[in-house]
Amino acid sequence: MESPALIEIKNLKTHFFLDEGTVQAVNGVDFSIHQHKTLCVVGESGCGKSVTARSILQIVDQPGRIVEGEILFHRPSRSDNGSETTETIDLAALNPRGREIRAIRGQDISMIFQEPMTSLSPIHTVGNQVTEAIKLHTDMLDDEAKEHSIELLRRVGIPRPEERFDTYPFELSGGMRQRVMIAMALSCNPALLIADEPTTAVDVTTQAQILELLEELQDEFGMAIMLITHDLGVVAEMADDVVVMYLGQVAERGDVDSIFHDPKHPYTQSLLKSIPRLGVSRNRQRLDSIRGMVPDPYNRPTGCMFGPRCDHFMPGRCDAINPPAIPLGPGREVHCLLYEEE
Amino acid sequence: MAVTDAKTLPPETVSPGAVQAEVESSVSVASQWQLMWWKFRKHRMAMAGGIVTLLIYAIALFVEFLSPSSPGVIRADYTWAPPQRLHFLRQTEEGRRWDPYVNGYKVEIDPEALKRTFVIDEEQVVDIGFFVRGEPYKMWGIWETDLHLVGSTDVEIPVYFLGADRMGRDLLSSMIYGTRISMSIGLLGVFLSFFLGILLGGISGFFGGTVDNLIQRVIEFIRSIPTIPLWMGLAAALPTDWPPLRIYFGITIILSFIGWTGLARVVRGRFLSLRTEDFVMSARLDGASELTTIWRHMVPSFFSHIIASLTLSIPGMILAETSLSFLGLGLRRPVVSWGVLLQEAQNIRSVATAPWLLIPGLAVLVAVLALNFLGDGLRDAADPYNR
Amino acid sequence: MSAQSTNGFEHATETNGSAAAKDVLLDVRNLRKWFPITSGFFRRTVGQVKAVDDISFQVLEGETVGLVGESGCGKTTAGRCILRAYDLTAGQILYRDHDRKMVDLAPLTNNEMKPYRQQVRMIFQDPFNSLNPRMPVIDIVGDPLRINKVAAGKELEDRVASLLARVGLRPEYMRRYPHAFSGGERQRIGIARALALDPRLVVADEAVSALDVSVRAQILNLIKDLQEDFNLTYLFVSHDLSVIEYICDRVVVMYVGKIVEVAETEELFAQPLHPYTEALLSAVPNPDPRMRRQKARIVLEGDVADPANPPSGCYFHPRCRYVQERCSQETPALREISPGHLAACHYAEELTLAGVTASGELG
Repeated sequence: MESPALIEIKNLKTHFFLDEGTVQAVNGVDFSIHQHKTLCVVGESGCGKSVTARSILQIVDQPGRIVEGEILFHRPSRSDNGSETTETIDLAALNPRGREIRAIRGQDISMIFQEPMTSLSPIHTVGNQVTEAIKLHTDMLDDEAKEHSIELLRRVGIPRPEERFDTYPFELSGGMRQRVMIAMALSCNPALLIADEPTTAVDVTTQAQILELLEELQDEFGMAIMLITHDLGVVAEMADDVVVMYLGQVAERGDVDSIFHDPKHPYTQSLLKSIPRLGVSRNRQRLDSIRGMVPDPYNRPTGCMFGPRCDHFMPGRCDAINPPAIPLGPGREVHCLLYEEE
Repeated sequence: MAVTDAKTLPPETVSPGAVQAEVESSVSVASQWQLMWWKFRKHRMAMAGGIVTLLIYAIALFVEFLSPSSPGVIRADYTWAPPQRLHFLRQTEEGRRWDPYVNGYKVEIDPEALKRTFVIDEEQVVDIGFFVRGEPYKMWGIWETDLHLVGSTDVEIPVYFLGADRMGRDLLSSMIYGTRISMSIGLLGVFLSFFLGILLGGISGFFGGTVDNLIQRVIEFIRSIPTIPLWMGLAAALPTDWPPLRIYFGITIILSFIGWTGLARVVRGRFLSLRTEDFVMSARLDGASELTTIWRHMVPSFFSHIIASLTLSIPGMILAETSLSFLGLGLRRPVVSWGVLLQEAQNIRSVATAPWLLIPGLAVLVAVLALNFLGDGLRDAADPYNR
Repeated sequence: MSAQSTNGFEHATETNGSAAAKDVLLDVRNLRKWFPITSGFFRRTVGQVKAVDDISFQVLEGETVGLVGESGCGKTTAGRCILRAYDLTAGQILYRDHDRKMVDLAPLTNNEMKPYRQQVRMIFQDPFNSLNPRMPVIDIVGDPLRINKVAAGKELEDRVASLLARVGLRPEYMRRYPHAFSGGERQRIGIARALALDPRLVVADEAVSALDVSVRAQILNLIKDLQEDFNLTYLFVSHDLSVIEYICDRVVVMYVGKIVEVAETEELFAQPLHPYTEALLSAVPNPDPRMRRQKARIVLEGDVADPANPPSGCYFHPRCRYVQERCSQETPALREISPGHLAACHYAEELTLAGVTASGELG
């Protein structure tokens, strides 16, 4: 059963205009995020997964900007009689500094980052920052907001939140800081939580804690999660839907089971074969690696982005045509000429 | 592009356009200085600052030729003569033609105060020539000549493009001569403090521990003394009977005595952060000796930063010299620097009668700004590798 | 406690049949590296960070030993101590020289270390910081040859060229600077530098952690191929258990400066004997969505202990789900539980811990 779409991204293009040339960080990306579901965007460095996420919130760093496409946000709102309605906003068309997008940031859509230390203010106590986040979007009074913050901190698994309320971020471990970030992100009960590599900087046991927490919170708060990661293990554990990106474009998307058990795009296939797996790689056969490397963003190949590294490369076609989306089923499509029906 | 999987070597898998490959490979083999130059070139203000700085130093190099007269010439009959505007074209019956001139002076006497003042006399004309013969001098102490870039064709009649001071000395000439002293005292002082800074900062960063602790405390001590009183004290300690040249060196040493502390901190910081860099450890694991590691890996890594901070500390030196001399504690006539010239503009009366005496301040301003812009650009370009 | 663990260890190597066939190349005994915490003007020592606290293990010739643990467990420090990048606080690093005699590297001065620096080399984690950006590749790879007077001039150039070709880089690019290469290529340059002096032991410190997924497999394969070609022994330091499983013959698990478990890779992953190893294995996300609900993920409570102020008894006891009263009082010794399998847990025999089984995994 498909739940209704919360975010629909259509042909999104975000480019960076640098002295050395234009970097097409995101170049024609389509996908949607469904309510209460977890969507994982997976890809290697430079594939544009973070820029896509930042485009949703209009927080792309200078000199980047959205040059084309739509980001439709179906904002759920409860009318006075209690029935749920949605209003549709094109986030891509909003002014990045305008009031509308600021009202959405943190309120309807919030984001957590890889390194919580850089997103938390070092000179304010964690309690202060969580309270501030609450007061920004609600009309709670000081005492009320403080109580709510402590409750949130307890909810994200911070032991003795009354005491931790007055600590500074540097006094906390990486895992604890990430929990504070999550508490802030959830303070206004957002419809979507964007998590950009939330566990890349922490240890594997902490990663397990954070992932577990996100799952629990999703059950409780019912928000959709957009999880950006390069770790296929994390994707397999968390995702309902998966988008595989390569060099600013979607290679393939679909539900998590098809992506892992029936990958279509040669990139997804080789990627899955190239990771060592616990228990499987024990018989020590060589890993199948993808040859070459991710091309330089200034020097993108023509046609299919993956063409130069692909084992199924068709000369004359793959280097000439940028493969369009070929639908394979509901919510499932692949960008590869191999699946083109003649 | 250089990589293929270990087992399946070459085939040219990716072949970008030939032209692009050409451009790419020139970047690939570019050394740090090339990369820095490319980065610096993009910094417009810094480029402008660099050009102005070069110009100022060029002036300092050719002062004798560039100045119409020498700063020591006293003409008591031209006290506080105002600046004469240089006209290039002269109005004649046939129309305007190229013939540079300035108007001469006439003396007016204020009937109440009975004060003599010079005013420009439109009637009088003094011919101006380029590459004229004037006062003889020895260029760089080597060959004797009397060629000047610009001046009055008649040696007997002086011209004052920027006016004269209390003793009828030409301000323009004084300023040009002052350029040499002011700019070189900055440079020399910086090199002295550079030497001290590298040495002590290096020792501090390299040995660490107690030595570092000691040097850092000394630096803090020196920096905590208010500079002006310290300079005053040190300058007052210079014997008054020293010849001007020795005073000049004495002042330089006094300035660099304080200047080195900032640089020493930069060097120490660089040393400490570089010591923990992986590539430095890797050199040590290669079996390289400490000296090789420092010389081959660490010095090239912070040398560009040092140059940038050197450039940024020259203005400080220039300002320090200017303020010392302005207070009468630094250089004294017959040595002229911008600070010495500004000393003339110390009281309201002289500024009121001869506002042009403030012009050397403008020179200080331009030089300091130019050096600051240049230094900023150098600092930004100093590390072309930040990802 | 230390005597006990050493005894257990020697016993282990005697009885372990497969190990007896190979010679011990590196024998680390009671290695300690404490970093003093100083404060105040006179830099008084107010405490010690016990980064590595009394660890002993052996590396046999030709094998790959993995040193695994979370950040702050001392694995990197241990690796650097073996390279003598750090001076030890205590302990011995016995290394078998070419003449088959064991030499203790710990007390050697920098000069005396020089011949061994050629035999024991390092691959760094960060391919960006570990290459001097101001030097062309030929100098980076050729410097070890030049410093140790192995080759110079044309010969040096030829050697660098063949090294580059061996790690999968084009020799024509040897005049390029590091900025012209991608992360994976730089890591290859780093490997070429490590191989330049025909080493016998290579300490790889998180050698693939900073690389992209698709490039990581290339480098792992390269590291494996080179082992065969050059007859190398690896000490592979990593936090990534799947990489460790793929590349290592034996694994040493560390927690807060101490070894908690040592075993052959297969055994350790299938049948861990220390609760920490179990939790670590359980925490690794499985790249198969169908396995998601089949295993109960063990989520550890709290954070890794502070090495400056470790808990009493077993350092792991505050987070251990099998904790008993004894655990907070007595420090468990590293002892042999079954042949070749050592663990530092009082209840190693009694506990039945879950490992990673090959059953039900993706084929």
